[in-house]
Amino acid sequence: MPIYVSNRQIIVPGEVIAEGNYNIDGDFYIYQRKFFSKIIGLVEVEGNNIKIIPLKGKYIPNIGDVVIGKVIDIGMTNWTIDINSPYQAILQVTEVFSKPTSVSRSALSEILNVGDLVVAKVIAFDFSRDPLLTIKEARLGKVTKGTLVEITPTRVPRVIGKKGSMIKMLKEILKVEIIVGKNGRILIISDDPERSSLAVLAIKKIEREAHISGLTDRVRNFIMNKLRG
Amino acid sequence: MLFLPKLINEEGLRIDGRRPEEMRKFRIEAGVLKNADGSAYMEIGGTKVIVAVYGPREAHPKHIALPDKSVLRCRYSMLSFSVAERKSPSPSRREIELSKVIREALEPAIFLEEFPRTVIDVYAEVLEADGGTRTASITAASVALADAGIPLRDLVAAIAVGKVEGTLVVDLNGVEDQYGEGDMPVAMMPKLGLITLLQADGIFSSEELDKGLLMAKQAIYRVYEAQKKALKRRYLEIAKEVSGAE
Repeated sequence: MPIYVSNRQIIVPGEVIAEGNYNIDGDFYIYQRKFFSKIIGLVEVEGNNIKIIPLKGKYIPNIGDVVIGKVIDIGMTNWTIDINSPYQAILQVTEVFSKPTSVSRSALSEILNVGDLVVAKVIAFDFSRDPLLTIKEARLGKVTKGTLVEITPTRVPRVIGKKGSMIKMLKEILKVEIIVGKNGRILIISDDPERSSLAVLAIKKIEREAHISGLTDRVRNFIMNKLRG
Repeated sequence: MLFLPKLINEEGLRIDGRRPEEMRKFRIEAGVLKNADGSAYMEIGGTKVIVAVYGPREAHPKHIALPDKSVLRCRYSMLSFSVAERKSPSPSRREIELSKVIREALEPAIFLEEFPRTVIDVYAEVLEADGGTRTASITAASVALADAGIPLRDLVAAIAVGKVEGTLVVDLNGVEDQYGEGDMPVAMMPKLGLITLLQADGIFSSEELDKGLLMAKQAIYRVYEAQKKALKRRYLEIAKEVSGAE
């Protein structure tokens, strides 16, 4: 039962990955007992486990994801939030206040206005209706300061790194606060504009070189060089 | 007397010096546009096509959205300067028909059911037309769809076969298309061996049809290899650059 791909190989839709008993994680389909890739991606082979890492794609909401959204419309009792996805999200008034409150429409715009950014969590989504958000938990809410970077959502796991190694390294050596939204929006908070612009460059580098191994070391060297120079 | 160009010479070569089963030189490039979600460029002989893909994105107007799957919209259009005589930019009957044909050639390859209530837009612009624009559009569109990260069953590759002075030829150019006896565009998902488009204009006997399909298949596999290479090239180039810097 062969594997047709090698470790860290780039695959395109319709390419055969393997045939037989394998654990495959990612976007694939089975046809005539062969595993085919659905997307352009990178394969990681570890024994019988094969993982397909997508290189590009839109953000599809998932319950529990922390996302960074932008208010695009105000309704009677809700806000419409753009979350960089084919599906627009809804933030209800009840998901903003913990106590029952009655607010008029004009009061809504005082809390969150069109153009404001929010860090929110997806609480419901099933494709049949738009995703619902909440900002009632700790560390969620309106964004008041910082720099926003947008990257391809499929590369977000690389910005976080294995068990958070990449983001930990970025925070430690740049001394900045970073909030990563699963939808590919990343917020960098720092009082030093030079450090935050360096963080932006580092994140852009991660996005561009996400498919090449040794990324954490390369990014560390990149930042160290910039800090010295 | 009406002037008809000699399309096949005594040596059996075609008007541009090709053998009957020989394709024109072609080149495919992926990710040529920054603002589109996915894009591709294809050049085959004198034909140049650029394709941009947007989506899946929110459906506008909302009523076109389907509850169970994404809607594929295609627009094939020829630029005013793509032909010898200036073409009016408004969509012609032919362009509207080709948009539908291209959509139907791509639809079976896409997992549309993964993105309900959204649309996927495909815009194919012909920069220069010299025969085979619909097949080039389909070929480039499937590369652009893959480049956008849209899940596909397989890439779709297309080529035309035709009949010129009684001989079956692959990949017609503009002159052969205009003065030849028949034109048969074929699109396939090569890995799966499935045909997604088969049109024929002119008269083909059943033997000619079989032979023509076989010739098209062989050419399609060559296009398919180029499509795969084009998609991978960009990522490999970055890899090379990074390893070179270290």
